[in-house]
Amino acid sequence: MNRYTRRTLALEMLMIAVAIVFAFPVYVLVNLAIRAPSDTSSPISPTLSPTLDNFTQAWQEGGLGGALINSVLVTAVSVLIVLAVSSLAAYPLARSTAHWSRGTFLLILLGLVLPFQLAALPLYQTIRDLGLLGSVWSLVLFYAGLQVPFTTFLYVGFLRALPRDFEEAATIDGCGPLTAFRYVVLPMLKPITVTALVLNTVSVWNDFFTPLLYLSGSDQQTMPVAVAGFVGQFVSDWNLIFAALLISIVPVLAVYLALQRSIINGFAGGLKG
Amino acid sequence: MTTNLQERIPHRAPATVRPHRRGRVAPPWWFTAPALVLFAFVVLVPSARGVYYAFTDWDGLDPNLSFIGLDNFRAMADDPDALQAIGHTLLIAVAITLIQNGLGLLLALGVNTMIKSRNLLRALLFAPAVVTPIVTAYLWRNLLGPDGAVNSLLGAVGLDSWRQNWLGDPDLALWMIVLVVVWQFAGYSMVIFLAGLQSVPREIYEAAAIDGSGPVRRFWSIVRPLLAPAITINLMLSIIGGIKLFDQVYALTGGGPGHATDTISTLIYKDAFTLGEFGYSIALAVVLTAIVALASAGQYAVLSRNEKAAS
Repeated sequence: MNRYTRRTLALEMLMIAVAIVFAFPVYVLVNLAIRAPSDTSSPISPTLSPTLDNFTQAWQEGGLGGALINSVLVTAVSVLIVLAVSSLAAYPLARSTAHWSRGTFLLILLGLVLPFQLAALPLYQTIRDLGLLGSVWSLVLFYAGLQVPFTTFLYVGFLRALPRDFEEAATIDGCGPLTAFRYVVLPMLKPITVTALVLNTVSVWNDFFTPLLYLSGSDQQTMPVAVAGFVGQFVSDWNLIFAALLISIVPVLAVYLALQRSIINGFAGGLKG
Repeated sequence: MTTNLQERIPHRAPATVRPHRRGRVAPPWWFTAPALVLFAFVVLVPSARGVYYAFTDWDGLDPNLSFIGLDNFRAMADDPDALQAIGHTLLIAVAITLIQNGLGLLLALGVNTMIKSRNLLRALLFAPAVVTPIVTAYLWRNLLGPDGAVNSLLGAVGLDSWRQNWLGDPDLALWMIVLVVVWQFAGYSMVIFLAGLQSVPREIYEAAAIDGSGPVRRFWSIVRPLLAPAITINLMLSIIGGIKLFDQVYALTGGGPGHATDTISTLIYKDAFTLGEFGYSIALAVVLTAIVALASAGQYAVLSRNEKAAS
């Protein structure tokens, strides 16, 4: 059972073959991104004289640097706000059994079912009236609210399984609720905070619909909108487009490779929440 | 003796009887305030306004609305594009859910074995799930193009007759969207199934094998019931994600050719931002919300019954 048999070897071969099929698009992506536009050979034959010109041109003409900074800023600030307000809200929601607490939690859970397409248009009007269209702060505000239900849900599920003994000891020793939360509860929430951090970062970083609405027509862009704009501008110059796509993927994949284990555990961690 | 001892140590008392009132944890309600304010401003209030606007002639600008009852919904019932988009949305959601989870489960079963490359395979197969969907969709738009890599590959292995204009053919384009989503998120389903598979005790599984039950029987009787929570999460994520699908359609086909791949989400965007029909667009969003709510409720009912039956 636990031995490496001939059947295990066959399975290993099969799985590697599947992985190669999955990786095929990435091969083409790199292959065409390093190819000069004058090279018109088949997209699957290896590029024989690779060049980095596409990358420099894509970087200079796509405004990708500014978009990268905006994406990092929006993601970092909004995820930080979401984690702070959601963990704080989850504390009384998980601990109190009063009517107001249950009612509030149900109201927040309603947010899990409401698709953001419903809120996006009326909110578009509000953001326009506030003069925030075209500002990245409209996105920070949007994500900070949009991600509250899911994040609070994760925190409440995790907190309910945690013993109260430590908080109670801290309270007996004279800690106020905020101090008890900051120094006793929050450190115990670390595993679910990693999960929430990973899931929120990925969904905020990758979101396309919201910045498409709220930033369109302005010079402010996030990475997904900049890429879409780039494709619109260089319609069929695919070598250049692929270089831009690769530039946008590299930071994500770099973080993924560095933190692979905690990221995968983070995604799977929602299962226990 | 022992009961006496326990009574003298207060914090060993059962959770329901707490002699030290001062020690009870009662975090104040205002801890929820910042989250509630943000949630209300971004989600709750705009959603409520959206539902109201669906019954008006809202144009996105004019603050003077007139109530027009069900007119937007009646117009939708007479609009072949809208009905078609609702059909596409349901088809895409169901197809993605079945294919992505079927493949994800097979991958998880394959990776959760003694094979040496399991950690590498897990990392590699999951990688597409963290990449921006709009980016992978643009990549696939080229791969599936008339001179793209997929057709080149078919030509290279002698299947020239299979070459297609994959995204230009109205019958194929919808399935190509499904393919791209499945390619990107099968690894996501796999990771959640893998976490579920780790809860299957090896001893029971091996004991069943020694007792002579085959792999299919072992999967059905031992693994499947323990996978119930993973199945719930996976089905929920993929069906709701499929219903809301926007990015991949926008990048791959833009809803075309014609309206052959329009989904509710792409119509919402087009009606509001290219046609200026905000009221009609928000009525579509209300329909989308109703479908998501029905799907969640239905799935919750079926799966919680199954989970109970399994345990």
